[in-house]
Amino acid sequence: MNPILKLLVQRIALGLVLLFAASVLIFVGTTILPGDVAQNILGQGATPQALENLRAQLGLNDPAYVRYFNWLGGVLQGDLGTALTNGQDIATSMGGRLWNTLFLAFWAAVVSVPLAILLGLIAVRYRDRWPDKVISTITLATVSVPEFLLGYIAIFLLSVTFPIAPSLAMINDSMSLGAKLQAISLPVLVLVLTVLGHMMRMTRAAILNVMQSAYIETAELKGLRPFTVIARHALPNAIAPVVNVVMLNMAYLVVGVVVVEVVFVYPGMGQYLVDHVAKRDVPVVQACGLVFAAVYISMNILADVISILTNPRLRHPK
Amino acid sequence: MAEPLLTIEGLRIEATAYPPGEPPRDVVLVEDVSFALEKGKVLGLIGESGAGKSTIGLSSMAYGRGGVRLTGGAIRLNGRDIRLAGSSDLRKLRGREVTYVAQSAAAAFNPALRLMDQVIETSLRHGILSKEAAEKRAISLFRKLGLPNPESIGRRYPHQVSGGQLQRVMTAMALCPKPDLVIFDEPTTALDVTTQIEVLAAIKEAIADTGVAALYITHDLAVVAQVADAIMVLRAGKKVEYGTTQQIIETPREDYTRALVSVRSIDHKEKAEAELVLSVRNVTARYRGTNFDVLKNINVDLPAGQTLAVVGESGSGKSTLARVITGLLPASRGEINFAGRVLSPELRARSKDDLRELQMIYQMADTAMNPRQTVGTIIGRPLEFYFGLKGEARRKRVQELLDQIEMGSGYIDRYPAELSGGQKQRVCIARALAAKPKLIICDEVTSALDPLVADGILKLLLELQAQEHVAYLFITHDLATVRAIADRIAVMYRGEVVRYGTKTDVLSPPFDDYTDLLLSSVPEMKLGWLEKVIETRSMEAAGN
Repeated sequence: MNPILKLLVQRIALGLVLLFAASVLIFVGTTILPGDVAQNILGQGATPQALENLRAQLGLNDPAYVRYFNWLGGVLQGDLGTALTNGQDIATSMGGRLWNTLFLAFWAAVVSVPLAILLGLIAVRYRDRWPDKVISTITLATVSVPEFLLGYIAIFLLSVTFPIAPSLAMINDSMSLGAKLQAISLPVLVLVLTVLGHMMRMTRAAILNVMQSAYIETAELKGLRPFTVIARHALPNAIAPVVNVVMLNMAYLVVGVVVVEVVFVYPGMGQYLVDHVAKRDVPVVQACGLVFAAVYISMNILADVISILTNPRLRHPK
Repeated sequence: MAEPLLTIEGLRIEATAYPPGEPPRDVVLVEDVSFALEKGKVLGLIGESGAGKSTIGLSSMAYGRGGVRLTGGAIRLNGRDIRLAGSSDLRKLRGREVTYVAQSAAAAFNPALRLMDQVIETSLRHGILSKEAAEKRAISLFRKLGLPNPESIGRRYPHQVSGGQLQRVMTAMALCPKPDLVIFDEPTTALDVTTQIEVLAAIKEAIADTGVAALYITHDLAVVAQVADAIMVLRAGKKVEYGTTQQIIETPREDYTRALVSVRSIDHKEKAEAELVLSVRNVTARYRGTNFDVLKNINVDLPAGQTLAVVGESGSGKSTLARVITGLLPASRGEINFAGRVLSPELRARSKDDLRELQMIYQMADTAMNPRQTVGTIIGRPLEFYFGLKGEARRKRVQELLDQIEMGSGYIDRYPAELSGGQKQRVCIARALAAKPKLIICDEVTSALDPLVADGILKLLLELQAQEHVAYLFITHDLATVRAIADRIAVMYRGEVVRYGTKTDVLSPPFDDYTDLLLSSVPEMKLGWLEKVIETRSMEAAGN
């Protein structure tokens, strides 16, 4: 069997096992939470008989593993269950929000990944000189500030003092792409600032590591320009570590936008999750958890796959 | 008369050293070195590590590794002084007028790019040739250098090509942009002898055909004698002697040059038969998860207090044999008799005495020692582990061992980083000796050392053998070392012992084909040796 194909199949199988393990953890975690779902729905004044009926109706009297497999069976068929609080189908109400979150994350990625790699290359080209120091300091500062604070600073500066962008990132299907982008400009800015530092610093470190290699000296002795040496000879050999960090940050963009979405009242997954955690709507929390786990795991598998594909030893066996 | 291609006058090169615990200071790497190189001529730069030969070679491209600075003198290339040229002028000169062939082609090629893209890169970036013309020239150079499949080898990646072939591709890469001068920096040092001779012949022919001038840097005088018109001997950054190749080889004026020419002054007579300490019987071994025997039916004997040299090229299975004897790789068949008993194939099943009586010394002394332990701790560890020595008794014994390896009392509290390469290897020898072993396996212990230092280590090993009656299983690829210390020799090729016996028998004709090839490939310190060997071989090939 082709070694690459074998590795890919292995990675994907491993990802499925991980996802299964994550589903168990999510289910167990939400099950051992204190409180009774039936009590929450019916309120303190409910009669014992009403509680008992509801429990039976929701299947809460079954053993945990039976409930787990019922849930898992539904998930495998695309049925994420029904929200307890409003009785709506979770898959339907989550669909649009997941799309919104991916929309936000996508544009943040489109801006941040090329920018981070370019800044990393510039930092290496002028290492230990002022461009490197300026880039490193600014990105370190933006990483260190909590993102909700970054969000409020952005609102204060760009919506209040100099009103050039909206502070509320409200979007809906009837808006044009341009209007949508205008609406999400501030959350994208905050997300870019949050993930930029990590990716830029990793790019810089990975390339500097490669710059020690003998083949970099060969390239310098060919009389190539410093930037050609870095971009053509160093970067291709630093892709694997860079891709891993990029993918971790991509996953973070999807999973970790909760806070930013809340700050900008953006109708995405984060807002949805936070609302239903407050209402103890366990099926919604479980479904969100599972979707986040799936995004996280698939991003990491993708990183692995790209790392494998960039290794010429694997692509071109002897 | 026209000005020579390259003139170096009073060159001075400095760098900043950062000794641990002391303020940084400037050290002079090269001082007052002058030479001139005409078009189409080859100058050999020779010396031990630290002699400054690579530094001088790179200075002809005005390149300094790390923090190396060219602080004085003149470097005149094609009529202009390039020592203080600006970086954009230097970029135009590097790759266009001067190119470089590195020691380890395996490390000097970018693993992510195809060979052809790297070979023609310089010609394209400097606008010397069009892509088609450059590829055509590269293929003709591949053919000239005797590479297999010259039309298609450029489409391969570096890891798909062997070390000897990569070294030739690197030579093609250096010649492709039609430079005036090529710097060869130890281009054959990392190769096996049988490969070295092929690469050497290919390089020599390519230099003659293209009429390019060359600086040939090496530590091996016998090698440089085959390719250079003139030789400069360097030591610690200073010129020792500079003359024509014939004068340096045949009538060296300086003592140091004479020492280099006549290295291997050891005259070792093989010892008489004695009781066996090690007897390897029908040993076959393979690595886990493979279906290929790396050792096939090995039979060798080693008498107590004597030396068995195991010779072979990389991949011949000589180090694997050591792993099998030490139990790191259990043999799948066969038996190892050691000091009158049968050793268990598995390391775990061996007794403490089995472990004590069989010690090892490795090629890379610096990686075989814990850098955070002092010499006293390193040598003291086996004393405590095997003999329970502690405190003052242990320190006294460590001192005795240090005296035996000719290192004084000042070294006991030093760290490995404060020792020279030869001293590190001596400490490793003392550590092996501390266990009072019956057999020490020496795996290429002198390969990483300069010839004169290696000579000292070999002498020490022979003295210790006479004092302690310890046997050595000496793994090496260097036949000169074998001549110096072996009592018996086993020649290995592709996992088999192709020739085995006493030193006199193994090194006397009639030879089998492989041993003949191996012995005739070792460079000799004679002018015209290379041509003679190549001629003999092509005549034999024609005769067959």
